Amino acid sequence: MSALVKKNSLGMAHVILGLSIAVLVIVVAVPVLLIFLNAFWAEGKFNITDVIAVLREPETYQALLNSLIIASGTTLGSTAVGTFFAWLVTRTDLPFKKFMRGMFLVPFMLPSFIGALAWKMLLSPRAGYINRFFMDAFGLDGPIFNIYSYLGIVAVEVMYLFPFVFIQVCGALERMDPTLEESARISGAGLFTITRKITIPLVLPSILSGALLIMLYSMAHFGTVAVLGIENGIYNIPTLIYERIHQSAGSFASIRTGTVLASVLVVSAAFIIWLQGKVLGRGRYQIIAGKSFRPVELKLRALRWPLLGFCLLYIGFTIVLPTAVIFLVGGLKTYGLPFAPENLSLVNYRFILFEYQVTKDAILNSVTLGLAAAFITMFAGVMISYVIVKMRVRGKGILEFLGMLPFSVPGSVIALGVILAWSGKYGVNLYNTVWIILVAYIARYMAFSLKANSAALEQVHDSLMEAARACGASMWQTLRDIVLPLVRPGMLAAFFLIFLPSLRELTVSIMLYAPTTRTIGVAIYTLNEDGETVVSAALAGIALLLIITGQTIINRVSAKYQG
Amino acid sequence: MATILVESVSKRYGTHLVLDNFSLRIEHGECFTLLGPSGCGKTVLLRLIAGFETPDSGSIRIGETVVAKADNGVHLPPERRGLGVVFQDYAVWPHLSVFDNVAYPLKLAGLPKQAVRDRVLESVALVNMTGLENRLPSELSGGQQQRVALARALVARPALLLLDEPLSNLDANLREEMRFEIKELQRKLDITVLYVTHDQEIALALSDRLAILDENGTLRQTGTPLEIFERPADLFVFSFMGVANLLPARGEGDACLVGRQSLPVQPGACPDGARRLAGFRPSDVRIDRENRDDTPCLRGTVRRASFLGPVMDYLVEVDGSTLRVSVDTHEALDRGRVFRDGEPCVLRFHNLHWFDAPDAAKAPPAGKSPLADVAAAKGAGA
Repeated sequence: MSALVKKNSLGMAHVILGLSIAVLVIVVAVPVLLIFLNAFWAEGKFNITDVIAVLREPETYQALLNSLIIASGTTLGSTAVGTFFAWLVTRTDLPFKKFMRGMFLVPFMLPSFIGALAWKMLLSPRAGYINRFFMDAFGLDGPIFNIYSYLGIVAVEVMYLFPFVFIQVCGALERMDPTLEESARISGAGLFTITRKITIPLVLPSILSGALLIMLYSMAHFGTVAVLGIENGIYNIPTLIYERIHQSAGSFASIRTGTVLASVLVVSAAFIIWLQGKVLGRGRYQIIAGKSFRPVELKLRALRWPLLGFCLLYIGFTIVLPTAVIFLVGGLKTYGLPFAPENLSLVNYRFILFEYQVTKDAILNSVTLGLAAAFITMFAGVMISYVIVKMRVRGKGILEFLGMLPFSVPGSVIALGVILAWSGKYGVNLYNTVWIILVAYIARYMAFSLKANSAALEQVHDSLMEAARACGASMWQTLRDIVLPLVRPGMLAAFFLIFLPSLRELTVSIMLYAPTTRTIGVAIYTLNEDGETVVSAALAGIALLLIITGQTIINRVSAKYQG
Repeated sequence: MATILVESVSKRYGTHLVLDNFSLRIEHGECFTLLGPSGCGKTVLLRLIAGFETPDSGSIRIGETVVAKADNGVHLPPERRGLGVVFQDYAVWPHLSVFDNVAYPLKLAGLPKQAVRDRVLESVALVNMTGLENRLPSELSGGQQQRVALARALVARPALLLLDEPLSNLDANLREEMRFEIKELQRKLDITVLYVTHDQEIALALSDRLAILDENGTLRQTGTPLEIFERPADLFVFSFMGVANLLPARGEGDACLVGRQSLPVQPGACPDGARRLAGFRPSDVRIDRENRDDTPCLRGTVRRASFLGPVMDYLVEVDGSTLRVSVDTHEALDRGRVFRDGEPCVLRFHNLHWFDAPDAAKAPPAGKSPLADVAAAKGAGA
């Protein structure tokens, strides 16, 4: 009988393991594999010459180059901006530091394509409000700044991506053991020398890690380039994939180009993640202690208030102004009218919320898709993280490898892979239904769920589970009574980490939508493309309200959990 | 009946063989301690008995039940072994109140509500925690959490209680108090207790019998605390059980020489031509200013005198060897045994333990204090 018991419990472990592997294989591995297959496998054999031919086509080559240019520019800009502000709020006596720190995190909430939309309204060469103001007031012949340019795209991406670096560097600067700097000071080094010789080398891994994160994000970023680049023929990898698939409705040549470009994205993403692991692995933990200390603050003296003014100006310019423009344009009768009270009303908002079927559908689709994806991904993430973090089963190595995949697969790649896998070629046709978007969301957000849940599970010490077993609980009872209640905060975090971004998702849904399965992001984008600028802006305003409300709820909840 | 029989158990992690062909018998109703430096495999043995690990070979029996046998793959999961376990980090579930923590084993067993309540309150009273039933673990001190863990382990009335370094996270006073309470509970409830620790003081105070393991997981000695302390089986056990002085001695004819001096010993302890180590505790030495009654003794120099409160502690050099000697403070004052650095002294010994000098490689380097070696061994145990 005892022998039976052993087989039984081993069986359960293997069921969980098998299920976890199945989820990741179906949702992530198969789509990625199909992309590689389609790119490198033609007419039954491995084919590299065609791949090179595709890459040498002027348009694809230019798109690769553009992705690289935009990503590099964005990375440099965001790193400079993020590091500077991080230093300002952690290491100086800037007034209202805590408030400013919170403000610098706000761009995280703003979807960058909505930001891009706002900047288009402000700075497009002919119709942009700012450009028009200068042309009218000073009689200039041309715009003072053309947002439809590399510089414009990079500037907008920097505005909304720099928090990645900001948050990493803030953390590093705060956790750094101040005795390291104090001992340098005692040895007679001046503040400048300390900064150069001690502080910067110590936080460099965090800066680099944040920079690489931005590089990864920007390479595969669709929204900003789609809104600001297409007008002037600036395509990057994701926008070209979209353009090709969208135009040709899935012809062989376009799939070919798409998969080759997607392969390039996957490989670069994997390389960036590998590089990031190297950078972080190199001695971060030896230098930076886990505790929070009070570091030495630099006295800004006369620069104190001017620098605060500069920060406020920056925030006003990058957050307040674009957001205000979105809401104001959303209230206009017709795009292009001045923002005078007689031109503004709530008509557009009423229209999209209650009358216009397209936007009503979009809001409903996004909310249900977000809820469903968050729910499913949360549970799948708990299960997979549990196996990776807590179980000792043979075959776990495969799962650990598969678990890395979601982190290195960008959204546009997932969308393409999902099209390849679920368009009926392998028996199941989900194309043009919401289900295909759901599958893609699950794949896209699996990484968030794995991260949040494994962090929560690492906190649950093994002895807590062993204590339950010793008390007479079976494996399932232990899971139900001890593990799940303890990882609930992590699960909740995962849920919101998925639900909120999915409300504004664009990259994946734009490749997968059908007339009735538009999401909020798709609706904003297509309405804007169709010239329905005011309706599009109103919907963007509604999206912002949804996101801000959601974020506020999360902050409340997480504050309660921590307090 | 909860006699534990561990027979020829081996356990390997990767290439590291933690336990090799290990056998042990723990009698019903005794408080048995596994004592050894960290990494010696004592916790692994406890986890094998609890069922958190499976042996690679050998078998384990608790009472009449074979709970693990490697040959035919028998492995009774921990929840069916009917035992209580207390962990080093308490492992009190943070999301449950004291009451719910302690009640959990009974709820699983399906006891009616009123019975659960009675038993929990009884168990909580047993560990002196009455009145704190509704607290959450975060509102308790470390010692209180440890009591909750103890109450939880005892509430289902297991025949066997396993304790894995349960006191090492507590401060010294609490540790002392808790070890008496555990002993008290064990007597009151007539259960078998297996206690794992690296702290020899706790082991001596608590155990009916104890087993000493070395860092390779080899069983060096089993016995009562007195046997272990007074008749250590070998150098390892002697060094591990407290501050140890080791004097290298060699037999020449009838004499036993330490450096150039003759050490007075009973005949046969150090035969002609032998190289041996004389081991003794700091308190086994009598230190004096001069040899008043002309009995045989060793002469040395006090190198460092430290006042530690109840005792005076001296570091004495005898022909190249350094020894630690302690004298009761009052005795030192009354009999003029307060020394200053550099003063000469004479030493007499009672209760010498004789050990074969270890291989050259392992022997303490000449001129260096043998204490360093012991300190290293103790350091490894900490």
